[in-house]
Amino acid sequence: MKRIAAILLVTFGVATFFVARAALSITGAGATFPYPMYSKWFEEYHKKDSSIEINYQSIGSGGGIRQVTEGTVDFGATDGPMNDEQLKAFQDKHGFPVLHFPTVLGADVPTYNIPGVSAELNFTPEALAGIFLGRITKWNDPAIAGANKGVNLPGNDIIVVHRSDGSGTTYIWTDYLSKVSEEWKNKVGKGTSVNWPVGLGGKGNEGVSGLVKQTPNAFGYVELIYAVQSKMLYGSVKNSSGAFIKADLGSVTAAAAGAVKTMPDDFRVSITDAPGKTAYPISSFTWLLIPSKFSDAGKRDALKGFVKWMLADGQNYTEALSYAKLPKEVVAKEEKALNNIQ
Amino acid sequence: MSTASTTLPSAGPVAGSRSFFSRLREGDEIARMITFVFAASVVILTVLLVFELWNGSSLARHKFGLAFFVTRVWDPVFEQFGALPFIYGTVVTSVVALVLAVPLGIGAAIFLAELAPARVSDTLQFFIDLLAAVPSVIYGLLGLFIVVPLMREYVQPALKNTLGFLPLFQGPAYGLGFLTAGIVLAIMVIPYIISVSREVLLSVPRDQREAALALGSTRWESTWKVVVPFARTGIMGSIFLALARALGETMAVSMVIGNAPTISASLFSPGDSIASIIANQFSEATGELYTQSLIELGLVLFLLTFILNGLARILILATTQRGSDMGNA
Repeated sequence: MKRIAAILLVTFGVATFFVARAALSITGAGATFPYPMYSKWFEEYHKKDSSIEINYQSIGSGGGIRQVTEGTVDFGATDGPMNDEQLKAFQDKHGFPVLHFPTVLGADVPTYNIPGVSAELNFTPEALAGIFLGRITKWNDPAIAGANKGVNLPGNDIIVVHRSDGSGTTYIWTDYLSKVSEEWKNKVGKGTSVNWPVGLGGKGNEGVSGLVKQTPNAFGYVELIYAVQSKMLYGSVKNSSGAFIKADLGSVTAAAAGAVKTMPDDFRVSITDAPGKTAYPISSFTWLLIPSKFSDAGKRDALKGFVKWMLADGQNYTEALSYAKLPKEVVAKEEKALNNIQ
Repeated sequence: MSTASTTLPSAGPVAGSRSFFSRLREGDEIARMITFVFAASVVILTVLLVFELWNGSSLARHKFGLAFFVTRVWDPVFEQFGALPFIYGTVVTSVVALVLAVPLGIGAAIFLAELAPARVSDTLQFFIDLLAAVPSVIYGLLGLFIVVPLMREYVQPALKNTLGFLPLFQGPAYGLGFLTAGIVLAIMVIPYIISVSREVLLSVPRDQREAALALGSTRWESTWKVVVPFARTGIMGSIFLALARALGETMAVSMVIGNAPTISASLFSPGDSIASIIANQFSEATGELYTQSLIELGLVLFLLTFILNGLARILILATTQRGSDMGNA
């Protein structure tokens, strides 16, 4: 007992020593999707300026929005932009708005497991919406086969797999389906969780990919990074210019560049089905949520300094972790928007 | 003046210490108070928990009312929420788990307590305790990567071919679903049933067995007709524990149940449970009504546990009553 108490005391002492040494500690919470990127950035930034320590808890986008609104964290992070109602809730509570800052880009890819088919399939928006609405039930349906001439697709039933947990990945997927299918928009809509017309649910990217891998004739969607890192087979998707594009870092950044022209000043923009010949259509930004006013000037300057660094040097770390970097146009726009934080 | 002022305050501590000693002497009283506070804290915690769940779901309760219990839709986008598919899934998986685990667990406990040599019994008990301590996510992984493919490839086709005329075993074999979740739950609760039942059986007085043997019964007869009925209440207690664990299990269930809020007579169908959907959706839930509906589901789970425990208690009361009546006759 005594020994345990002693160990605890020493650990506690050492911990307080280290905490006390960091002059400034900033806390944030939110999206899980960019967590590996953020923790790398915060670590690198701490190396650069050891007086600043940024703690980030990946509790999910919904939690990030809630906590930044409550004021329990200095900044939030989300995979889907806050809606008008949520922005108003923040404004009403604090008296000043919260700002969105895109950090990196992600994408969803369609993945499948058809016995005897090892080709990379092409999917039209109609096929994707049809499969997830339960209208297209066989692999050899003309909507799928028409885009994949030369591939011998079986007449088996498609087993749809989606995420069971609320997630930004689902938000991007359903946002895309809502744009390309009127029926999806009216019947199901977009969100971190939706009322799926068909299919089984797997928890997390690993749950979905696990189910797809072990269930013959399964079809699901996972994050691009996860698909790349676990070397999964995934298909191309037809974009708004009519070209079949396979998701990679270049085609995702191209989607963001294509959306720059129509990007509003608050950066709340969906880039699914973006224009551009080489744009991958199921892409999205992920955002930091930063209050526009800080009572603590030290924290404000530290956080602004970090975002500035993240937009410049920080972007060089993205591709090693399979995140697509921001297009130059967006970076320039964000640097200007930083001045709105007071 | 000065002497009075120095003696007066000193009277205080003396009087205080005297009453302190006198209170110490009545140690029984102190122990009673302290343990009472500890016991009361359980009640306070329960009340607080219900209060928080009740309070946190006020918006959802007012909006949906009792319809929450019978609505089949769970639609976060259009904010329509109903608990029925989740109640159904929770009850069905728990029932399947108990149907499988109770005979197996009690059988094993009888062997360990009555028939096995002490050394075998103790060694096996060690493994059972180990199983009871395995985190549920491990059981979930085991379920997802071993039970699910086995179910899809062998068990479900076999059941369909033999018992396929029953509505329970119809429909496509995904591998995931109510039956698989029930089986994984059964694997998880068996150690509890064995462990507790074995202890209870071992604590049956020796005289009982010896009396039965002296009256000419065989070893099995003394076990089945005397020892097991004697330990009945304790064995039922082990089943409660198993039921409670099955109702509230989250991780393992959510990995193998298929996470589709459906109500289907077929055990092959994917479903969803209350604990599973709360764990799945709470962290990303945005919007008051959505979060509050999830909290209300927590309240429903609490209520469900309460009702099922009550039903089980009534059942036990009825059976033990009958048992003693038979004993009298």
